[in-house]
Amino acid sequence: MLQARAGETVRNDTAPEVTVKNTTTVERISDRELVVTRTVNGPARLVFDAWTRPELLERWWAPKSLGVSLFECEQDVRVGGTYRFAFGRDPKNPEVYSGRYSEVTPPTRLVFTQVYERMAAAGEAVITATFEDEQGKTRLTISQRFPSKEALDGAVASGMERGMRETLAQLDALVASSRE
Amino acid sequence: MNAELLAALGEPSRFRIVELLRTGPRPVNDIRGRLGLKQPQVSQHLKVLKDVGLVDVEPRGQQRLYELRAQPLKQLHDWLDRYRRIWEERFEQLDELVEELKKKEKTDAASKSR
Repeated sequence: MLQARAGETVRNDTAPEVTVKNTTTVERISDRELVVTRTVNGPARLVFDAWTRPELLERWWAPKSLGVSLFECEQDVRVGGTYRFAFGRDPKNPEVYSGRYSEVTPPTRLVFTQVYERMAAAGEAVITATFEDEQGKTRLTISQRFPSKEALDGAVASGMERGMRETLAQLDALVASSRE
Repeated sequence: MNAELLAALGEPSRFRIVELLRTGPRPVNDIRGRLGLKQPQVSQHLKVLKDVGLVDVEPRGQQRLYELRAQPLKQLHDWLDRYRRIWEERFEQLDELVEELKKKEKTDAASKSR
């Protein structure tokens, strides 16, 4: 299967206190499903809190080093409750994810729908996040089922385009600066 | 181009052909035999894969060898990798927060037991 991995996890049995970098994997397991997995060094109840309490979620959810901020974060984590995240690089023109919780089982499982508002016509994805306690650590599995194969293909294709546009923009900047 | 590439890979038999060719170039008969498909089906799938640039044909003696081209697969891999980096960045921030929450629990417990 197509898979992307971070640096290999190093085992060091003689010095268990050495912190090793936990590996994040992303797999496309079918034509409409992506699965992200990662271990977090803390008990499931804390990791679940970090996901479900807005004041905690806003501290980690936006990938800051990539220049992304979370501008708004509202969530009502209970069955039937809704959420809305506005994020991106420009607060005047944010990306928005919104949806509704269909299953809330603290601290082991969340199921919710997700609409990417810029591509709302593509429909709702269903996301299942599971938190498995493994001796004080948490095995996180985030499975995203897209509404159709086309929706996932579209996300991949637009991501690729965005990547290419970013590269071209960087190239423009480089060319411009070398002229000065 | 990219959507076409994914559409080409989205068909299970074509995906299996691509997986098989990852181990090296193969003649069409070999692909047919290993996947248990009929000749016209294999030819049709190979044509689709060739049209999107995923495979190349190279004549070798009497045979035509099919081989994978790396570039289109690299694009797909790059996307998954970029997506992984977004999550990795989030998880690193989550790690820091969870460390902080663990410490806070410890000090709270300590002050309670005092």
